[in-house]
Amino acid sequence: MNITRGFTGLRRGERAGLPPGQYDAREEWPVLSAEVTPELSPSDWSFRLGGLVAEPREWDWEAAHRLPSDTFEGDIHCVTGWSRSGMRFGGVCLDVFLRACRPLASATHAVAYAHTGYTAGLPLADLTDGRAWIVWECDGEPLTPEHGGPARLVVPHLYFWKSVKWVAGLELLDHDSPGFWERNGYHARGNPWEEQRYSGD
Amino acid sequence: MTEPTTRTSRPFSPPTRFAVPARVPVDTPEATRWRTATLTEIRRETARAATFRLAVPGWPGHLPGQHLHLRLTAPDGYTAQRHYSLASAPDDRGHVEVTLDHVEGGEVSGWFHTRARPGDTVEVRGPLSGFFAWAGDRPALLLGGGSGVVPLMSMVRHHRARDLTVPLRLFVSARRPEELIYAGEYGAETTAVFTRSAPAGVPVGRLTAARLAPSLSDPPAGGWEAYVCGSNAFAEHASRLLAAGGQPVERIRVERFG
Ligand SMILES: Cc1cc2nc3c(=O)[nH]c(=O)nc-3n(C[C@H](O)[C@H](O)[C@H](O)COP(=O)(O)OP(=O)(O)OC[C@H]3O[C@@H](n4cnc5c(N)ncnc54)[C@H](O)[C@@H]3O)c2cc1C
Repeated sequence: MNITRGFTGLRRGERAGLPPGQYDAREEWPVLSAEVTPELSPSDWSFRLGGLVAEPREWDWEAAHRLPSDTFEGDIHCVTGWSRSGMRFGGVCLDVFLRACRPLASATHAVAYAHTGYTAGLPLADLTDGRAWIVWECDGEPLTPEHGGPARLVVPHLYFWKSVKWVAGLELLDHDSPGFWERNGYHARGNPWEEQRYSGD
Repeated sequence: MTEPTTRTSRPFSPPTRFAVPARVPVDTPEATRWRTATLTEIRRETARAATFRLAVPGWPGHLPGQHLHLRLTAPDGYTAQRHYSLASAPDDRGHVEVTLDHVEGGEVSGWFHTRARPGDTVEVRGPLSGFFAWAGDRPALLLGGGSGVVPLMSMVRHHRARDLTVPLRLFVSARRPEELIYAGEYGAETTAVFTRSAPAGVPVGRLTAARLAPSLSDPPAGGWEAYVCGSNAFAEHASRLLAAGGQPVERIRVERFG
């Protein structure tokens, strides 16, 4: 351990309940994305599920909104170090979409991709059993474009780069396929509780 | 409309137009190892920003535009980690420089600005992310706001140090001349934009489409690779200007400091 002379830490009181290395951003919701924010209206939005599924499907805005609605309430954690607690996202649980397409037994991983072309690679097990959502509301308001509106993926138990903004689809695969940040040196899974920030962590 | 996709062995790539490719492979085992860095020099840039030079034995080298992960540790083991862009051009003598804004109430920038002195040690790992890196190969159009100019300055310094001839243009936005980081170092490649107050004869106001128009309407052969860096507000404004001015979105790389 390398002690930094004169450093005592200011934010320690607020860390209770947060994964290691994270601080509480409180009311702030920083924006991190590598591309130009797209101007994507609900009528331009669609969500496609393909790859290793029995029945590939595509939903437009109206069709997705006819599915049973659901909310996620809890904390999110960004790999750059901030966390936000008590977020409330409204949308549809990803299990609903997956059930409609019937993933094949051989499917083990997924690539989630955005309408901008951004991608994230995920183990399929991280997307099922009520652990992932397609959302269009945050704290009761429509999701803003900067935060992925009209709709984004939310996988709150992993670092937030996996929660693909402007989500366009999921491709199920029988192997891990690195997405945008994973190809740029970030961890394949990204579990904040194990500080899986960079590949090699 | 869709048909079942058969198993592919190559990574899936989505049927959309944007996909800014990674620029450099990232050497992860080397880059993710924490190294003890010794502060060797502090240079004041503005009232709010200073440059910190670090000796990092074993530093694997970097490309302009990359950043590092920095960790401070308290005596009881409490740590704080933040990301900082590399300000220095690649340096084969095992040194790197970062330039930090003093964020009011900031845990890490506060320590650097009020406590740090030469001889102190911190930990760093990197270089990280191949995405915002610039290898000096393609024409670069750089737009930085506030401390967002830091990784872009690394590119400018690299360009000079290597006598590169590939076109490079820098637009840097600051509130006022006293807050312009690296003010003494800019040359003909740079246009400074001041949003609150400016020297006599220089307009006050945000970066506009008109300021960018000459560069965008007359791009160099092969087109620009655009790099935008700064606060989210600056990054949104500048990246939209570029897109509206005709710069292809798949050739706009954005780094947001949060
Ligand atoms: C890729 C990348 C590159 C970057 N490069 C640079 C760079 O080159 N130069 C640079 O200066 N910065 C850079 N940053 C930003 C940097 O990482 C830090 O965010 C910045 O230095 C602030 O950290 P801090 O510890 O000083 O402040 P923090 O302690 O994190 O505080 C940040 C702000 O939040 C407020 N805050 C935080 N927690 C609380 C709380 N609990 N209660 C009340 N207020 C709170 C603080 O008052 C302050 O306004 C970069 C960020 C990224 C993601």
